Amino acid sequence: MSARVLIAEDEPNLVESLSFILSREGCEVSAVFDGESVLERLRTERPDVLVLDVMLPRRTGFEVLKLIKTDPGLSAIPVMVLTAKGQERDRRTAEDLGADAFVTKPFSNQDVVDRIKRLAGG
Amino acid sequence: MLSANIVLFTALAYVALLFLVAFVSDVRSRKGWLGLVHSPLVYTLSISVYCTSWTFYGAVGSAARSGLEFATIYLGPTLVFVGWWFLLRKLVRIGRIHRTSSIGDLISSRYGKSTSLAVLVTLIAVIGTTPYIALQLKAVTASFQVVAEATGTSLLGIPTRDIDIRTGFWVAAGMAVFTILFGTRNIDANEHHHGVVAAIALEALVKLVALLAVGLYVVFWIAGGVPEVFRLPAAATVLQGSETFGARWVALTFLSATAIVCLPRQFQITVVENADENHLRTAGWLFPLYLFLISLFTLPIAIVGLATLPPGSNPDMFVLTLPMLHDQSALALLVFIGGFSSATSMVIVASIALSIMVSNHIVMPIALRLPRRSAGVSGDVKTLLLVSRRISIGVILLLGFAYFVASAQSDALASMGLIAFAGVAQFLPSLIGGLYWYQASKAGAFVGLLGGVLVWGYTLLLPSFEGGSVIPASLFQEGPWGIADLRPQALFGTEGVDPLVHSLVWSLGINVALFVLVSLVRDQKPLERLQATLFIDVFRNPADNEARFIRRSAAIDDLYILAQRILGTDQAYRLFRDFARQQGSRDSLPQPDTEFIAHLERQLAGGIGAASARVMVSQVITGETISLDELMRLVDETQQVIEYSQQLEHKSQELQITARQLREANERLRALDAQKDDFLSQVSHEVRTPMASIRSFSEILLSGDDLTSEQSKRFLGIIHNETLRLTRLLDEILDLSHLERGELNWSLRPIDASAVLARAVETCQGMAAGVTVEVRNDAGSVEVLGHSDRLAQVFINLISNAIKHNTGADPRLSIHSTIIDGRFVVDVQDNGPGIDPADRERIFSKFSRAWSTDRPSTTGAGLGLAISRAILRRMNGTLDLLPATGQGACFRVTLPLRQNADQSPRAAAEG
Repeated sequence: MSARVLIAEDEPNLVESLSFILSREGCEVSAVFDGESVLERLRTERPDVLVLDVMLPRRTGFEVLKLIKTDPGLSAIPVMVLTAKGQERDRRTAEDLGADAFVTKPFSNQDVVDRIKRLAGG
Repeated sequence: MLSANIVLFTALAYVALLFLVAFVSDVRSRKGWLGLVHSPLVYTLSISVYCTSWTFYGAVGSAARSGLEFATIYLGPTLVFVGWWFLLRKLVRIGRIHRTSSIGDLISSRYGKSTSLAVLVTLIAVIGTTPYIALQLKAVTASFQVVAEATGTSLLGIPTRDIDIRTGFWVAAGMAVFTILFGTRNIDANEHHHGVVAAIALEALVKLVALLAVGLYVVFWIAGGVPEVFRLPAAATVLQGSETFGARWVALTFLSATAIVCLPRQFQITVVENADENHLRTAGWLFPLYLFLISLFTLPIAIVGLATLPPGSNPDMFVLTLPMLHDQSALALLVFIGGFSSATSMVIVASIALSIMVSNHIVMPIALRLPRRSAGVSGDVKTLLLVSRRISIGVILLLGFAYFVASAQSDALASMGLIAFAGVAQFLPSLIGGLYWYQASKAGAFVGLLGGVLVWGYTLLLPSFEGGSVIPASLFQEGPWGIADLRPQALFGTEGVDPLVHSLVWSLGINVALFVLVSLVRDQKPLERLQATLFIDVFRNPADNEARFIRRSAAIDDLYILAQRILGTDQAYRLFRDFARQQGSRDSLPQPDTEFIAHLERQLAGGIGAASARVMVSQVITGETISLDELMRLVDETQQVIEYSQQLEHKSQELQITARQLREANERLRALDAQKDDFLSQVSHEVRTPMASIRSFSEILLSGDDLTSEQSKRFLGIIHNETLRLTRLLDEILDLSHLERGELNWSLRPIDASAVLARAVETCQGMAAGVTVEVRNDAGSVEVLGHSDRLAQVFINLISNAIKHNTGADPRLSIHSTIIDGRFVVDVQDNGPGIDPADRERIFSKFSRAWSTDRPSTTGAGLGLAISRAILRRMNGTLDLLPATGQGACFRVTLPLRQNADQSPRAAAEG
């Protein structure tokens, strides 16, 4: 699998671990550290999967998700929402906004890999 | 045209009907069939005995002469029945429990069963009522002559011949017979006269129907409609004819309100004849309605009478002369019967009430004082009472007749109604005081009553004889012995006041003043105090309570003989047998204990009045003690209940306040709870983030065989760092929670703040590589109250923030300390990106990060500023972000100086 994965996450350590496990599976990984940068990046390139943290500086993950899913040009990109809050309310918000997968921190590496594979394959 | 014979025949037939109704009702109730007689409707109708011929004929006269003033006579009773309902209810309850037989009995009983008070009240009642009865006789006689001699002059309402005294005599005699027949059949323990009440109720209906009929006729037949009536020129004269709502208006309303309670006949009907307290509920609205209906056409009749009858017509006879003018003989006859009804009902009830008072309060005490002729025959007292009542009725009516004859040619009678009202109004202070004021005493009531009546007699009754031969006119113009201050209608210079208002203010003023003063000065006797409590707290203390306080013993035979003498054999036997059964005895004679004696005395009081009953029972009592201890306890209980209720009121106010406080506290708790949820959710988030790194890297390490040792080392290093971050986070949370809860494990002591700042700057040197740090101290050595390590923590937090978040090309940091207004002030200024204005306050809240370039893993959890602020607050200091100046951010710390010594400014660059 050689899916292109964009990671939007402000925790450098998590970016590093996610990049590591996804690269190990053969993905092409790139990362941005805030909400605004996600949208900028999407204008120039189109990843197969977007891993999106909720608590991002400069635009939260939910705002970004909403913009992507309401933009006809972008809405097809599968989005996996990542959050540390883990509350049922957040999960529902993510689903309402059209998230394709929802993972809470701390996550299982295998779980993340499986989901991304599935999203990239579909 | 009606002949005298037809009128006479109709009147006699009507009287016969009354006799029949009274007789049937009496027989039926004796058999236990109370039926209609025992209904709230009949009760209410009988109360309308208030409306006498004075109202029937006189109201129209009053309206013709003084406009709307007539309405006060109806307004007062309406106010009492609607607004003072609770007073009537209390009277009725007391009357029932204490077997009160008259208003005199009630007052005497309340003030220690005093005989002297009963005598005084009875005399006042007789003096006040006799002229009133004369007034009724005159009205009947005059109306008879007017209606029966319908000639040209009689249409003026003025009889052609002199008042026919013979007619008056036969009317009085007829009434005496009726009253004696139905008012003195027995001395009922409850003084109920069902026959009389039924007849009175019928008469009430007749007078209402008569007035309504003549009213409708006058308005719609003669005048042609309501608007036409008020378009007549006379309407303006009538409506503008009086000063409305003036002092006289108030006095009249007050008088009529008083009269409905204090007139002996009203008391007789409302209280004594009341069979069921609930009837009062109906009367509360029905009686005012009756008054409204009966007064409805007063004004129109007066207006039309003035407009259509020849000038000089007597307005008091308009009701009668208007139909006669239009040859409506039948209607005139109905009106005559209506007036006859209102006169007879008043005379009958008044003479019954008075005869009971005279026999119970005057004849009985005299009889009791006479040496006893024999051992007492069964029923002898009963006979004495009945005979004395019959004689009293005869005498009272004779007195009224005599008064009628004496004053037949004068107009003095016209004002007699109001004079009588003012006389019985003297009962009011003793009555109301007795019902609501514990300290009201017999001496006070007696003196007040006597004083009030004397003033009333002098200022109102006496002047009504003015112009006669008995009293010299000089008395009124110059005063007795020429003393102007004592002129009857201008006491002490109060000239120019309406005579009625003048008399009312003086007599009631003196009455109340004496009543209150003497009551306050003179102590009550134990019996007075007991009766006061039993009356005032009648809804709480049943009369049986009396047995608790008075211990008496007597031989049962003596008691039986006594009861027989007063009640007669049958009734006495039944009374004793019933009580014996109640005691659980098979014998027909009860135990003569305290309770029975109290019960017997109450039963006897129903027949002969409380005072006489007490005297008679006392004669056969062998031992009597009024238990002072018990009495004091009763008074104490009353006092306690009052105090309890005050305390309760106080408590309930406190409870309301507490409830409000609780509600507020609850709201605060809810807010805090929401904050706590937020906080926990934040903590969860802050903990999960490093946990995610730790878990992810651990899994990499666990699963990866292909890792280089460098990679493994680096990942372990990250794990290590994240655990440290977690620890720091938990420490900070605990720290903040301690600070916020005020749990200090450190104390404030004098420290040198400048030295602490210098130390903090030095500590931060290590991380400040590449950052220019400029320190300027204009404060010198500064003593504040604080904790040096904690203060250093604040400075380090600020300095390290300024260094870490300063991402500019040439990072600079300036730390300036000085003293402003007795406070040590430290500004920490950087030249970084600054803080968004929207985040100015938020940065001080928990878990906030406002720096856009923040890299969380390199900082704390966002609690630093919150902690710093909490620390400074403990030291009475502040931490603020100064308004943006365009470049970077500037945080300011201030702390109060401990003292103002050693302020020598010293500029120095330290560290």
